Amino acid sequence: MNGFLALTVNGVATGAVYAALGLSLVIIYRATRVINFAQPALALISTYLAYSVNKATGSYWLAFAVALVAGAILGALTERLLIRPLRNRTELSPVIVTLGLLMVLQAVSGMIWTNEPQSFPYAFDFRGLFSSSNLFTVLVVLGTAAGILVLFRFTSLGLRLRAAAFKPEVARMLGVRVGLMLTVGWALAATVGALAGLLATPPFLFPTVLDGVFVYALTAAVIGGLDNPAGTVLGGFAVGIGLSYVSGYLGPELVTIAALAILVLVLALRPNGLFGRAVARRV
Amino acid sequence: MPAKSTALRDRLTPGAQAPARTSAGLPPLIRHLLLALAALAVIVGLTFVVDPFTNVRLATVGYYLIAVAGLTLLTGFNGQVSLGHGAFMFIGAYTVALLVLHVPSLPFWADLLLAAAASGVAGTLAGAAAARLHGPYLAGATLALAVGLPAVTQRFPDLLGGSNGLAFTVNSRPAALAGTIPTPQWQAWVVWTTVLLALVVLANLTRSRFGRTLRAVRDDEVSAELAGIHIGRTKILAFVLSAICGGLAGGLQAFLLGTAAPGSFTPVLSLSLLAAMVLGGIGSMWGALWGALALVYFQAWSEDLTHALDLGTDIANNLPLAVYGVVLIVVVLAFPQGIQGGVRALRTRLSRLRRTEEGSR
Repeated sequence: MNGFLALTVNGVATGAVYAALGLSLVIIYRATRVINFAQPALALISTYLAYSVNKATGSYWLAFAVALVAGAILGALTERLLIRPLRNRTELSPVIVTLGLLMVLQAVSGMIWTNEPQSFPYAFDFRGLFSSSNLFTVLVVLGTAAGILVLFRFTSLGLRLRAAAFKPEVARMLGVRVGLMLTVGWALAATVGALAGLLATPPFLFPTVLDGVFVYALTAAVIGGLDNPAGTVLGGFAVGIGLSYVSGYLGPELVTIAALAILVLVLALRPNGLFGRAVARRV
Repeated sequence: MPAKSTALRDRLTPGAQAPARTSAGLPPLIRHLLLALAALAVIVGLTFVVDPFTNVRLATVGYYLIAVAGLTLLTGFNGQVSLGHGAFMFIGAYTVALLVLHVPSLPFWADLLLAAAASGVAGTLAGAAAARLHGPYLAGATLALAVGLPAVTQRFPDLLGGSNGLAFTVNSRPAALAGTIPTPQWQAWVVWTTVLLALVVLANLTRSRFGRTLRAVRDDEVSAELAGIHIGRTKILAFVLSAICGGLAGGLQAFLLGTAAPGSFTPVLSLSLLAAMVLGGIGSMWGALWGALALVYFQAWSEDLTHALDLGTDIANNLPLAVYGVVLIVVVLAFPQGIQGGVRALRTRLSRLRRTEEGSR
């Protein structure tokens, strides 16, 4: 029973991280219908910068702040330089470009910081069944999710972001700077992604550290419906707990395959995710 | 709607709609077979003049070619994105490895066929799931396959050799050739014979009614369904065929290297196959050849560059990955039709030039 409890608690903590990275995918998908496959790489670079700052200054929180700012800048640059030129292309083009960016950034981080694992600190003490680090992770992610919900629902920036995403022509006529809103959306998403990187990485940082996390985050976002931030957070916790049981009872090497199975099963039953709404197909 | 789907098609595969050409006046199957025979003759000739090292490289181009061609069928002709084709190479390689180790009496061609069959079965499963998934969902699911499958070797370390993988030697060379033809040369022959046979099948399929069905589903699923095409079946079949190509590629790689290890089938492999396809030109089988050549030679050039500039190991290890990434970005932004698009434009310009010359005469 103790084992079951430990696995559940562990699943909640890792699920929070999947929820955070999943949220960063959902914010971009809502605004541009693009899955940002480079999201883990943007988070990776942010986290490596945090690693360097932490090593140079010894301050975890300064490093934390640097990572978030770096994430925002990287996200904005990605949108401006790589995604905007693809406005009128097929849906395959942004997939390929973000994958290209993923490869470049992973390679660059390997060149700068080597492919060897570097030790990366936890925010707080990580020992115990539900450590202060776990608690911090869950609280930060829930807080971020709530903040995003409030931002989109109740602020004028959120209204403009939504307008730019759903009815760009109308929004433009009403004076919303649609292009700027898209950049803001990407910056916001990449900041949340950087946060996920900081929380997911410890104890070791290496260029492919977020590959698995990304797959689980994508699973969470798909379960949530890709359009639905609240669903994604729920999906993140569900995936975290489910995969924790798989890891504990069946073996850690089967976790990714299990995530794939969950993904396929959910989509086979509900093609728009558990919490997504069906969109009428045009004829 | 028609405007949009035409634009989409033009951007993805200019010229892919051209009707089956019978310029030589021969049925496509015969023409493809003759072309393959000519290609094989050229390659066999080439293996005699180049050094053993280049023979291995030649064989490497061969198995990448068939993997990229399979991906072209799936993505270029049918519009399904797969970020997990390395997983099918993994299945092919391990099937060959297990058969060579545990059923040594089987001839090598039977090993290869079984490897193709095994990845075909896996492709059926993946394809059945994929048929329900669209664009980004499919990309995500196949990426999960690429990340997850190699880890299975850790689960069965006794059978699959854990992270060290399996090592073996394939003895496929006929005794008569043993003294005269060196191993790399023989290997290049085996690889290219298999690859060219598979390519003849692919080229014929894509020129046939099935090829038109694939493109119809890619361009507009609703119209295709109204025209009586079974969408799900078409998508699954495309997936199975491209998985078989991936399995063959993996089997040939195992044959060439004498090993099958999880480290060779990372997500980077799957993504570099995608990079090769995009660089060569999505939607053209010739593009697969340029892509496969690029894959092998990017690797080679980055090694040369490393030696020449005396770069550190951190930079050297990551250079090919950086190159693939930059290639993907630049090609999609600036040359969406890839190398084959350039070749096609050149050919059009040449033929126009010739026509005006004839006209002026």
